[in-house]
Amino acid sequence: MKKDIILAGVGGQGILSIASIIGYAAVQTDLYLKQAEVHGMSQRGGDVQSNLRLSDKPIASDLIPHGKADMILSVEPMESLRYLPFLSPEGWLVTNTKPFINIPEYPAEEDIMAEIKKLPQHVALDAESIATKLGTVKAANIVMLGAASPFLGLDYDKLKEAISFFFGRKGKDLVDLNLKALEAGREFTRKNMN
Amino acid sequence: MQKQLLLGDEAIAQGAIDAGLSGIYAYPGTPSTEITQYVIDSKEAKEKGIVATWTANEKTSAEAALGVSYAGKRAMVCMKHVGLNVAADAFINSSITGANGGIIFVVADDPSMHSSQNEQDSRFYGKFAMIPILEPADQQEAYDMVHHAFDLSEKYQIPVMLRITTRLAHSRAGVARKTSKEQNQLKLPDNLKQFILLPAIARKQYKTLLNNQPHFENEAENSQFNIYTDGKNKSMGIIACGLAYNYLMENYPDRNIPYPVLKVSQYPAPKKQIEKLYNECESILVLEEGYPLVEELLRGMLNHGKEIKGRLDGTIPRDGELNPVIVGTALGFKAPVIRDIPSLVSGRPPSLCKGCPHIDSFFGLNEALEKYGKGRVFSDIGCYTLGALAPYDAINTCVDMGASITMAKGAADAGLTPSVAVIGDSTFTHSGITGLLDAVNDKSNITVVILDNATTGMTGGQPSSAVGKIEDICKGIGVEEEHIRILKPLPKKHEENLKIFEEEIAYEGVSVIIPRRECIQTLNKRMRDKFKAKQKAEAAGK
Repeated sequence: MKKDIILAGVGGQGILSIASIIGYAAVQTDLYLKQAEVHGMSQRGGDVQSNLRLSDKPIASDLIPHGKADMILSVEPMESLRYLPFLSPEGWLVTNTKPFINIPEYPAEEDIMAEIKKLPQHVALDAESIATKLGTVKAANIVMLGAASPFLGLDYDKLKEAISFFFGRKGKDLVDLNLKALEAGREFTRKNMN
Repeated sequence: MQKQLLLGDEAIAQGAIDAGLSGIYAYPGTPSTEITQYVIDSKEAKEKGIVATWTANEKTSAEAALGVSYAGKRAMVCMKHVGLNVAADAFINSSITGANGGIIFVVADDPSMHSSQNEQDSRFYGKFAMIPILEPADQQEAYDMVHHAFDLSEKYQIPVMLRITTRLAHSRAGVARKTSKEQNQLKLPDNLKQFILLPAIARKQYKTLLNNQPHFENEAENSQFNIYTDGKNKSMGIIACGLAYNYLMENYPDRNIPYPVLKVSQYPAPKKQIEKLYNECESILVLEEGYPLVEELLRGMLNHGKEIKGRLDGTIPRDGELNPVIVGTALGFKAPVIRDIPSLVSGRPPSLCKGCPHIDSFFGLNEALEKYGKGRVFSDIGCYTLGALAPYDAINTCVDMGASITMAKGAADAGLTPSVAVIGDSTFTHSGITGLLDAVNDKSNITVVILDNATTGMTGGQPSSAVGKIEDICKGIGVEEEHIRILKPLPKKHEENLKIFEEEIAYEGVSVIIPRRECIQTLNKRMRDKFKAKQKAEAAGK
């Protein structure tokens, strides 16, 4: 088993929390893991990514080679496209459709969607709306994680355990809400896998 | 024991805690910040009484660490590569004083300049100081090497450099810990003159350093971290230094490399192994993250020997960090066919946060300077360097910590008036005070804007040495009290603040303006923590 995942977004959107949950589930599954993060200047509203590598064998490079990523998981639509050179020909692009606009020359949303739809394997969802319907927009990243879950190569129960672990301190309500968010994202992918 | 998921930086920190560390000192700097932060946050370190602290700058860090070493205990000092420029005086001379308790200089380089103004390779500093250098390939080695480095430091009474780069610093992997070691007892140097670098003593000590060079080489040749693996195909031999070894291995998923490979993770470069590789192979490929240090050694000036491939002959780009594809191409693998980035994807540079006080300061300063024209704002290193970008376009220089004030002074000396310096509170106490003193002594016609957000913002909000002291420092070194002006950078105070900017820029002499408002990030964090504490208290009360 080997999964190379590029997590993408804008500094401050919380992609590292997604990485932590996947990481926890991977370690509980006795997988090897390497996770390269971006700290420093770019965290201030710039484009950020994290290279997350899971494998049942020791992992050499901290960076995913170009053309080898099994998935791009992005919490922002334009950012999902920035890392296309890393996606393998048969890789999945899973992205949120809600744009984060903090630059003047942000492209038209329909043009971004047209580029996303060119990819043979993609899932695009409005995670904010789904999360808001469940009770809080804050669960959008967990909706995205749920949407990516069928491609992670991890046992779904392990992911649920990881969510319980991470939100456990904040009470049962928040755990349940995030488990629902996870399921909602997963359900979306099941229904909309192209 | 189960492996812990640690950043390279955190592995070094945990390694130090476990290897009997007594004191760790640093000034925050990407990508080194998380080392010291980890020890500061560590409950275990607190229980062990380890001193972990942010200092005014890298030089004061290095000297404090050297003091710990003098007292016989184990010390670590951490910095980013350009921080070593600031600490260089202490660093180079500490190789002459030598160590008593073990001392490690951890230096985190930033090839590709993700968060830095250059990509200097600290291994050259280590070579310059003639001390052993360790360069881990992965997080586990980073952890293990701290133990090894302290032992080596105490065995030869010499400071040791631990050099990492951004990718390792900020990448997480599982790390297995060793059993924890007790701290050293307080113990003065056997020779109480060891640390007095009077010429007569320094000459002797320098000879000791020179005499130790063969021992350092011997240590590297026998190091567990330098590994020679034979291969059948002798058309090429590969030297892979530090992190580059991972990129090499990534290209051979079955881990079977046909060529002989020498992994180099301890310096001085292991001569015997390199010689064996050179003699047995028709050509050599050198893979190193940073400048071509080993490659230059091997090549010499004339390069009359065998073919040496690397950064100098164009096999690998001369600048920037390595990655698996660059290394794969150097090995002769075909570059992967990849998708292009769609042309509509636009750049998303970092920017000042919404609600950041610097925004209001820049709008005030820009308007006050309008009548003088562009090109007279000297700035410095911190979040406010982002004032260089649209929509502010407010600054004209960023060179090194503290250079804003001194460059503004020089420009004013040359006739550029008004000339304005923009510096952050933490950068001011790092390296700005002495420059302000120069300006006061020469009555230079400059206006110094000290943006006081009460933190070291860019690196994540570490405490600033300047908090509560800025006006007193300025007064103390002779800035006239009526020309030290404090303002609150808020949109609603724009007109009021603009007037202050205009008055002080017009003043012919040294004036200081201190726009003071807390960093929006630390403020938000403080509010969140307060809210959590309240919730917890309420829950406990139920």
